[in-house]
Amino acid sequence: MPQGEYRGMNLTILDVDHENVAYFGYCAEHDFHLQKCTACGLIRYPPGTACPWCQNREFEWTAVEGKGAVHSYGEVHQAIQPQFREKAPYMILIVDLDTQKGQPSEHEALRVAGNLATPDGDLAPPELVRKVGIGSRVRMVFADVGEGLSLPMWTLDEDAEQPDEPWRYPQEYNGV
Amino acid sequence: MTSDVDATAPKYLRDKYAIIGVGETTYTRGSNLTTRALGTWAVRNAMEDAGIPASEVDGMMSYSNNDSTPSPMIAGDLGIRLNFFMDVYGGGSSSEALIGLAIGAIEAGMCNTVVVFRSMNGYSQVRIGGTGARAAAPVGGDAVHTAPYGWFSAGQNFSPSFMRHMYDYGTTPEQVAMVKVIHSEHASNNPKAYYKQRVTVDDVLNSRMIVKPLHLLDCCVETDNATAVIVTRAERAYDYRNTPARILAVAGRVCKPRSDMHFQHGPISTVAGHYIKDIIWPNAGVGPEDIDITGAYDAFTFTSMLQLEDYGFCKKGEGGDYVSSGIMRLGGERPNNTSGGHLCEGYTHGMNMIIENVRQLRGEVDCYCPTDDQGRRQHTYDYSEGGCRQVRDANISMNLGWAMPGTGSSMVMRKG
Repeated sequence: MPQGEYRGMNLTILDVDHENVAYFGYCAEHDFHLQKCTACGLIRYPPGTACPWCQNREFEWTAVEGKGAVHSYGEVHQAIQPQFREKAPYMILIVDLDTQKGQPSEHEALRVAGNLATPDGDLAPPELVRKVGIGSRVRMVFADVGEGLSLPMWTLDEDAEQPDEPWRYPQEYNGV
Repeated sequence: MTSDVDATAPKYLRDKYAIIGVGETTYTRGSNLTTRALGTWAVRNAMEDAGIPASEVDGMMSYSNNDSTPSPMIAGDLGIRLNFFMDVYGGGSSSEALIGLAIGAIEAGMCNTVVVFRSMNGYSQVRIGGTGARAAAPVGGDAVHTAPYGWFSAGQNFSPSFMRHMYDYGTTPEQVAMVKVIHSEHASNNPKAYYKQRVTVDDVLNSRMIVKPLHLLDCCVETDNATAVIVTRAERAYDYRNTPARILAVAGRVCKPRSDMHFQHGPISTVAGHYIKDIIWPNAGVGPEDIDITGAYDAFTFTSMLQLEDYGFCKKGEGGDYVSSGIMRLGGERPNNTSGGHLCEGYTHGMNMIIENVRQLRGEVDCYCPTDDQGRRQHTYDYSEGGCRQVRDANISMNLGWAMPGTGSSMVMRKG
């Protein structure tokens, strides 16, 4: 049973939750896999029990490249839990994966959530937060939070061509 | 993945049901009461408002996030013998949906008159951010895709949708702040409002940042309160004390595709109202141009704007212009949340916006205007601070209920 303590939260995935157990099993190996429908071939996120496009219940896990662009974000300045407060401001990113973007219809994408993080998976410091906005190119990294449990995170993709100026909320707050 | 269901079939129920009574407790931060006592108080006030005896109420429904007291306790305290009750899990946008289900229960012959209530110690016990006892609960299953990212509270959850609207359409913080400014003007004429003070755009933009793009004053005010409305058949509705508000149509908990994680199916700056409008307008037999007052759920400034836009009160992308134009101000073409709504009167999960619209349609809003010797309000229509908030000739209202960007409900009512 994947389990861990992370920032004051007791994260537990029950053995019976087969889809999430398998997904986080790959994450624990720092390997990003998603379910691919065996009928229509479309990949889905987050893990689920059938294909949202053709209702087929059969799937196979497939390796997916953890690269994409920030579709939107939230930037938390007043955190709720004490363990997040010391890391504020922190960013919640919604990332459009390059894989399957615009499929099966124009506005659809595999939009994978995660925090903006340092390459080793810790929440990003303010100087990194300041650089990231809509359009920023990011790559997936992992935060190890427990026995067999790692969380996908996003960090700035230093090798990718970045937009001149990613779109950020126009008002700065505390210098960020 | 979505089917083109014709959800507009039951037009035969248009205008056949009504709200005959509304009631609420005071809005406080620290009620020092149980949700049972609060719920009893609000239901009692709604019964008093309608002038309906306990013997003529036989249905009760409520919704909560497991932070309330079930119907049989409230009904028992008030000596109401129920033929039907149902207490469901749900937050924002449950109110309109439950009114629709109350109509269904009556239509099915299960009961005659239903009280729908919401009771919550939303400040002193269970707050939206999941602090307190809830924070210690294990995070499991699907929540592991969100909670460990410090992504729990409503503001945190919705912020990517709000941000993307600014990116897609050039919506500015100043435009959106006008929602709070206008609702604060309305609240200044509402003796019940928790925050009665008028604020400016600068006040909003200078208040502390909670989660971009939401400042403190972009967020609603959590309070302890209970609220209730009473639904019955239109033909019985005139037996009671007040002019009924006739229900033209309801739409309940309509979802965007992929309600599991609605971001997957864009555009993410489009909200459930985009789908609701195709149900509610044909069922009500009216359109946006016919609506005199709106109650667009304002958990946040942005939620009012996104909904008004997707229901068609303005063109897609022009929500920022709409909310900052003055249209939705008292004295404007189509005032919104004349009580001050969640941002100023108090957070109720949508109920106070329905209560306000019922009172508006009666022409009997409880503002600071003087009353005559019959206790009837003599409205001045002077909307300056501490004055009137009755809308002239309010004949048709709409409620736009929000649960999250991907889920919402709606109701259109007319003056009875």
